[in-house]
Amino acid sequence: MNMLFRYAGQALVYLIFAAFLGYFASAPVYNHFPADKALIKLSLAHGAAREGGCRRRTQEELQKLAPNMRRPMDCPRQRLPVVIEFEIDGVTLYSASEPPTGLSGDGPSRIYQRFTVSAGKHDIVARLRDSDRTEGFDFEKKATIELKAQQSLAIDFRQEMGGFLLRW
Amino acid sequence: MYHLGALGFFYFWVVAVSGIYVYIFFDTGISEAYDSVEYMTHDQWYLAGVMRSLHRYASDGMVAMMMLHMVREFSLDRHRGSRWFTWFTGVPILWLVVICGITGYWLVWDSLAQYVATATTEWLDWLPIFGESVARNFLSPELLDDRFFTLMVFLHIAVPLILLLVLWIHLQRVSKPEIFPARGLAVGSFGMLLALSLAWPALSQGPADLGKVPAAIGLDWFYLIAYPVVEIWGAGPAWALAFGGSTFICILPWLPRLQHKSIAQVDLANCNGCTRCQVDCPFAAITMNPRSDGRPFEREAVVDPELCTGCGLCAGACPTSTPFRRASALVPGIDLVDQPLRDLRQQIQDATDNLSGERRVLMLGCAHGMRFGHPAIDGVAAVQLPCVGALPPSFIDYVLSRNLADGVLLAGCNGGECYSRFGIRWTEERLAGERDPHLRSRVPRDRIGQLWTGARSAKQLGKELRAFQARLPERPAKTEKSKAQPEASPETPAEETV
Repeated sequence: MNMLFRYAGQALVYLIFAAFLGYFASAPVYNHFPADKALIKLSLAHGAAREGGCRRRTQEELQKLAPNMRRPMDCPRQRLPVVIEFEIDGVTLYSASEPPTGLSGDGPSRIYQRFTVSAGKHDIVARLRDSDRTEGFDFEKKATIELKAQQSLAIDFRQEMGGFLLRW
Repeated sequence: MYHLGALGFFYFWVVAVSGIYVYIFFDTGISEAYDSVEYMTHDQWYLAGVMRSLHRYASDGMVAMMMLHMVREFSLDRHRGSRWFTWFTGVPILWLVVICGITGYWLVWDSLAQYVATATTEWLDWLPIFGESVARNFLSPELLDDRFFTLMVFLHIAVPLILLLVLWIHLQRVSKPEIFPARGLAVGSFGMLLALSLAWPALSQGPADLGKVPAAIGLDWFYLIAYPVVEIWGAGPAWALAFGGSTFICILPWLPRLQHKSIAQVDLANCNGCTRCQVDCPFAAITMNPRSDGRPFEREAVVDPELCTGCGLCAGACPTSTPFRRASALVPGIDLVDQPLRDLRQQIQDATDNLSGERRVLMLGCAHGMRFGHPAIDGVAAVQLPCVGALPPSFIDYVLSRNLADGVLLAGCNGGECYSRFGIRWTEERLAGERDPHLRSRVPRDRIGQLWTGARSAKQLGKELRAFQARLPERPAKTEKSKAQPEASPETPAEETV
């Protein structure tokens, strides 16, 4: 009888552990995004213009450099920040000046933002400045989009492809 | 509970074998990955599908065992002293196991994988270590490359191999580690996993679509519990929690201890370098060095205080640890500084002085397993030891031959899970005459009881004690109790002096 209880007890422990494993392996369900909303991701990695232009080194300056370092042009490594604005239905959701990455500030500026918006039709405007101009923007994209619930829209930027890209 | 670490190993091997089988059918491609897993789950459900489920549930079981193992070792204060290395190397194991799980879920490329990929890369991007944003790879389907899956497969194979290496390192300071559970436990655990896999097979959660946001996710809470934290707290605080928590766990062995640690000390005048203490030390805290005092012995025992846990097994193993002394004081070749054997002998004499009745019992138990204190039972006295293995067998002979008690009940941690690892095993072997120092054959075995049941209630303990008392045979002829005269006895056995 004792053996019977012992085996029954062991079976019960295995059953409880199996239920624990089986349940928490995929439950409870985690609702991490509202089912009636859509998502817009604004993401880019873009290097702005160099801070200040190149200048030609004088003969005296070149003589002071080691022979293998005597490049005639002196170009700064530091890049300008990328200024970006994002509007939806006339409301500015994001406006920032992103500094360049890298220890010498010569890497691209990185932006990755998520916006949860209601499903439906929206007017969006994305603007970007990557030069030393003080006003206005170098690139702008206006579009009217229609988002379904749980749809994800990515706004990317590729200068070689003409600027902003909408990726569905 | 003693087999948690060994069970973790067992689950690891189930994961490894099932993973190798699943890998045979797995395709590394954006659409091929999901399709191949679906083929396994539905078309070949009877083998590949079961293997997939075993892979998942054994992985989850491994996490459960790992966490329980860690909490248990901490709660039993088994992370300090010489155990620091094992504790410390357990922390990278936590990270590696989680990385294995994340890369594994990623490979299925269903909506859960999409969530895991996006959330992981967004979390990683917070760290200023990537030149390009990793999360940008998952902006839209056209940006994702098949090669990314090749990389993930590589990681999902490489990281477990690194995990295996770290597991090996984890056990380097543990002599005779138990990495396989008892056969019955292994069979039962595998049967449980198999039954679970058949009854509740692991399923995918619909193909990934980067143009959509998966709203409701069936998370594996064993591996992915950090993700809701990242979303609620943000990436920075979540990293702070992960790194801060890991660092805190790492330094736990060096935080102030709540109890004073007693360590072993060698008395060279009584040490002949017999090596018994070195062989019996569960933490390799004793080494045998060349003799330094000019006496005609080859070696001498040297204790490393950093590795010594103060269990006293060495004192229990020392052949000079005999309470029968003619003229000299009880100073064995090796002994605990704060709990010397001469104190134990005195405690035994004090405790048994007032014992009366027909069936007097002296209970000798370890401090960890039996928190018995003073059982309020007539004819029962109790003396506590650091570990039951710290009791030299000659002390049992001493108690019974001097008629200090009619029976000796040895009480210790629950069978097999000795706090000092080998205290119970060494005691049983010494009593059975299989390990030095032996219990002399003249000692009546029917007057010795063993109670390896761990901490239990006073009521249960009382029941066990009464049962032991009832089992004790009558003394053939009553002899007067020998009062405390440890230094002079005609019974002093010559072989117990060195």
